[in-house]
Amino acid sequence: MALKIVKGSIDRMFDKNLQDLVRGIRNHKEDEAKYISTCIDEIKQELKQDNIAVKANAVCKLTYLQMLGYDVSWAAFNIVEVMSSSKFTYKRIGYLAASQCFHENTDVIMLTTNQIRKDLSSPNQYDTGVALTGLSCFVTPDLARDLANDIMTLMSHTKPYIRKKAVLIMYKVFLKYPESLRPAFPRLKEKLEDPDPGVQSAAVNVICELARRNPKNYLSLAPLFFKLMTSSTNNWVLIKIIKLFGALTPLEPRLGKKLIEPLTNLIHSTSAMSLLYECVNTVIAGQYSCSVGNTKSHSAQWPQPFLCVQKLRILIEDSDQNLKYLGLLAMSKILKTHPKSVQSHKDLILQCLDDKDESIRLRALDLLYGMVSKKNLMEIVKKLMIHVDKAEGTTYRDELLTKIIDICSQSNYQYITNFEWYISILVELTRLEGTRHGHLIASQMLDVAIRVKAIRAFAVAQMATLLDNAHLLTGNMQRNGICEVLYASAWICGEFSEHLENPMQTLEAMLRPKVATLPGHIQAVYVQNAAKLFATILKNQEGNTDSTTAQETSQLMIDRLPLFVQSANLEVQERASCILQLVKYIQKLQQKDVEIAEEVSALFAGELNPVAPKAQKKVPVPEGLDLDAWINEPPSESESEDEQPKAIFTKEEPKHSRPRHTEVDEKELARRREARKQEQANNPFYIKASPSSQKVYQDAPGVEHIPVVQIDLSVPLKVPGLPMSDQYVKLEEERRQKERAEKKKKEKKKRKEKRSGRGRKHDSGPESEEDITPAHVVDIVTEEMPEDHNHLPSPYLSKVKICICIFYLSRPLADSEKLPVRSHRAAGAPKSSAEDGEVENATSQEPKKKSSKEKREKKKDKDRERKVRFGCWKHFPPSETDSWSALNSLFFLFFFPLALPTKVCDIQGNLQDGSQVVVSVIFENKCESFLKSMEFNVLDSLNSKLQRPEGSGPHDGLTVPFQLPPGVSNEARFVFTVQSIVMPQKLKGTLTFIVKNEDSSTHEKLDFKLHFTCTSYLITTPCYSDAFAKLLESGDLKSSSVRLEGVNMPFHHLLARICFHHHFSVVERIDSCASMYSRSIQGHHVCLLVKTSGQTVSIDAKCDEPTLLGNVLDEIKQTFSQC
Amino acid sequence: MRFMLLFSRQGKLRLQKWYTATAERDKKKMVRELMQIVLARKPKMCSFLEWRDLKIVYKRYASLYFCCAIEEQDNELITLEVIHRFVELLDKYFGSVCELDIIFNFEKAYFILDEFLMGGEIQDTSKKSVLKAIEQADLLQEEDESPRSVLEEMGLA
Repeated sequence: MALKIVKGSIDRMFDKNLQDLVRGIRNHKEDEAKYISTCIDEIKQELKQDNIAVKANAVCKLTYLQMLGYDVSWAAFNIVEVMSSSKFTYKRIGYLAASQCFHENTDVIMLTTNQIRKDLSSPNQYDTGVALTGLSCFVTPDLARDLANDIMTLMSHTKPYIRKKAVLIMYKVFLKYPESLRPAFPRLKEKLEDPDPGVQSAAVNVICELARRNPKNYLSLAPLFFKLMTSSTNNWVLIKIIKLFGALTPLEPRLGKKLIEPLTNLIHSTSAMSLLYECVNTVIAGQYSCSVGNTKSHSAQWPQPFLCVQKLRILIEDSDQNLKYLGLLAMSKILKTHPKSVQSHKDLILQCLDDKDESIRLRALDLLYGMVSKKNLMEIVKKLMIHVDKAEGTTYRDELLTKIIDICSQSNYQYITNFEWYISILVELTRLEGTRHGHLIASQMLDVAIRVKAIRAFAVAQMATLLDNAHLLTGNMQRNGICEVLYASAWICGEFSEHLENPMQTLEAMLRPKVATLPGHIQAVYVQNAAKLFATILKNQEGNTDSTTAQETSQLMIDRLPLFVQSANLEVQERASCILQLVKYIQKLQQKDVEIAEEVSALFAGELNPVAPKAQKKVPVPEGLDLDAWINEPPSESESEDEQPKAIFTKEEPKHSRPRHTEVDEKELARRREARKQEQANNPFYIKASPSSQKVYQDAPGVEHIPVVQIDLSVPLKVPGLPMSDQYVKLEEERRQKERAEKKKKEKKKRKEKRSGRGRKHDSGPESEEDITPAHVVDIVTEEMPEDHNHLPSPYLSKVKICICIFYLSRPLADSEKLPVRSHRAAGAPKSSAEDGEVENATSQEPKKKSSKEKREKKKDKDRERKVRFGCWKHFPPSETDSWSALNSLFFLFFFPLALPTKVCDIQGNLQDGSQVVVSVIFENKCESFLKSMEFNVLDSLNSKLQRPEGSGPHDGLTVPFQLPPGVSNEARFVFTVQSIVMPQKLKGTLTFIVKNEDSSTHEKLDFKLHFTCTSYLITTPCYSDAFAKLLESGDLKSSSVRLEGVNMPFHHLLARICFHHHFSVVERIDSCASMYSRSIQGHHVCLLVKTSGQTVSIDAKCDEPTLLGNVLDEIKQTFSQC
Repeated sequence: MRFMLLFSRQGKLRLQKWYTATAERDKKKMVRELMQIVLARKPKMCSFLEWRDLKIVYKRYASLYFCCAIEEQDNELITLEVIHRFVELLDKYFGSVCELDIIFNFEKAYFILDEFLMGGEIQDTSKKSVLKAIEQADLLQEEDESPRSVLEEMGLA
């Protein structure tokens, strides 16, 4: 026995201890793996020894090797052996090894339960401590279940050292064995008030972590925590408590109110940045949760972000990079709820772009995205462009590039006022070497050139320059993405070639031999667009007696195209050989002096127009066409999938015949769908649904009111050479100044005209966001057409063109008066501020409704007569109403030329369903006094009633929900219920209001009439001739007719007038005879047959409701009786 | 806190502590990835970065990087504070600590860490009580060891 011990001890002297192992590894850098494998062999020998000291030493070495990445799971049992040693030294090593190596699937863990239980109840607190520490790392659900009770007992141990550890490990136990939470919670709660600060903070920690997972259960603890928060001075604990409150406040908004004061105090007083940051973050989160939830009343309880922003500014200004970073991070959270308060720190954020630290710069970039406005876009982008030049490292530069494009293009180029500037920016960006984002720039160029018509000439000039200097882009490119830009350049130059100054030069540039080195899909575009240019040149040369230029062009094409015919790319080859043959044929004709320009340009005739995202849906499906039915027998599924639209920017794939999948599973289909979406997203011509855009209109009431004034560009459209975006910044500044000056002048004039002594001064002050007018207008195809919009005459259906967003409001509204108005309605607004002449013009179209009436004279103003002119307006000229003319609306225009409270009420009725009529009234205060307490009342008839809120009597007026300062207008809507629509209606109404002057206020009253004509109940509805014939054949319709004498206008004008004024659509027209159709909001069919001979027009009409028909015909008659 | 890593400028792992169960393979992958990212950062850069769904807080002390992974809602600044506190503890224990101390006494470093953090949460915010606990445990260990050396002598004798 003794000998054995001696032998073991002697062996041990030669064993390596941990230090030897580490040293050995450091000395065997070249053959580390070999050295370690011999060490592991030794360790295996050592583990076979009975001596626990030897084993512990071996386990300790294994723990080290495990960290180096070697697998030691084979020694798990030996680790358990060492753990069970009665000696603390070995136990400690054993538990350490276990905590490093064991995981839930280690099977020996189940052997440890009893050992751990024994250690937990050991009289030695360090045994217990070591066991708890180890357990916290490898606790499994089984261990948690078996030991939960023991640990719970330890929470009340006499030694704080054990209590603390027991409390902390309970969190892990709860996670693994949730059933233990309920019995253990009361004790855990007790520990919040433990006399030992360590135990207390451990309890706060655990409850805070638990609350983060499920805050609802911990609301009841709020008062306790509140007490802790106000009494504790330990920042570690405070941070946890504040975090806990951050999780609780969304559930109990009243908490927010209570927290304001302590949080504000902490923010003001603390010197610990970590605590300050936590407070600020909690306040931000509180504001955010309030703004998201509909707890509006509580949002006021959170302190305004001012304090937070102020403090964050201090963080950002700090020289410590960490604080800077966190400051920016928190700022971006505030930006979501209070963009204005962040925007005022623009200077600071811009400074951060100069920071040495890339992560700080990226944060600042993120912030800038949300901070741009019309006013500062150019400035910010200019700053970014400087950084692009300076940036080293392509990743950051690419990031900058995408951010610039993101910032500019966000919300449909909302913030761009000058597109020449934007094009120049894009062109400048093409000079970046080695960027991956060529296709991004290209798609922007295409998008802008297509949608901003006014910019095309400029864009084409720039693109031509780019093509000419293509070698600069492609010079040192090897597979570099920037050549994608040439794709856009070539297409724009070809498509809009009529704007080219020198098409010949561009054509030459496009057919240079160097082009053949470009990627295939770009070459293909080059070839195709060379043909377009060719057509343009021929057209330009037409009529020129000297045909040499035209012939030279043909020769150039014939000389250069063969290069492309030989291209390895199929697409290029095919296009080139087609076009080559065509040109050869043209040349033949040219030699015979045949005029062919017309025919050649017909090849590329037609304009590409944007189409609204849901335009296709609006096209009525012709009767008898079943879109879901197969035309032929359905082929195998894979075939139908193969006709995916070809994206423009996809890399050309070699067109090997792929093996067809006969069976396509669900997953594959989903993948393909995704891929197709991706492709469509890359395709600039595929206009995607942009869900955000509509929101923009609704969320931002001011958008429609942005005055867009057509401005003569003070910039020459052609800038020689590549453009410099900087000059636009300057020019834009000048333009804005000029505008401002003009506006001021106008205002002065106005003031003079008013020649009022006490005219209030409202200086335009600093330029507000809305004052900046864009110099170009974008065609933005985002707004959906109103649902009943299906009146488009069929020939136009193929090329639906919807351009909205152009508003000519001459008098912008102040911020406070803006209401969320849908844009098609707003387009009507110009009329509200129309000049007198226009009003009379309109009324003259409708003599009957012009019924001007004398109104009661005002007591105050007896010498003045108040005339009310009353006009009815059904439609605007079609050119301006493209998208919304179908909205069957009636427009009443009231005009009260008065010196004192004068208002124009523009009443638009919008009939939306069978019995409800929405009337929008625009109140405009033209006098110099303040108007308030306006009440709108209409005398109900049996048929039509004003809808009043429940509980009010039938004669009560409706309060207009706003007041009107001088010179301000606002819109209010009133809903009427109409029972029968067969008769026209006139409703009498009164508007009462209080005129408030500086010294006095008087009660005033205006009478008016609302006129609902029968035509206004008609909706323009298209009808196909066969359906029309069926309708007439059915025999359900009563007929009636009318003759108009002395109509002196061409037939198509006459038809247009009926369509326009009375909401009909033409079904068919044969010579001087036409059939027309319309439908009422209650579904009555109205059919007309209009014939003309000389000056007599006869209208035979049929309708299922004779009274309605009679009235409609009367109204038609009146329309024409004045011509 | 999800885990804490200590590694050297050369990319050698010196200490790792995982507070959530993670498979060996994933551990290795994450360590390799993080070391690459953190070592590539320039000295003047801030100490935070976003990585996968975690926030990484790291700080360099001499040739050693201390690197913690925390969750989305955790406070970065207090994590820096944790790292600093740990370094102070090491410093106090070893007496101006250097990388070699940690290499050769890695188990001691673990013991200190375990007294300071448990399951990823701060165990005690007072430096004093942590050091006291360590010293006493070490004392216990020495008591353990001294009778053993007597035994050994007996065995040899």
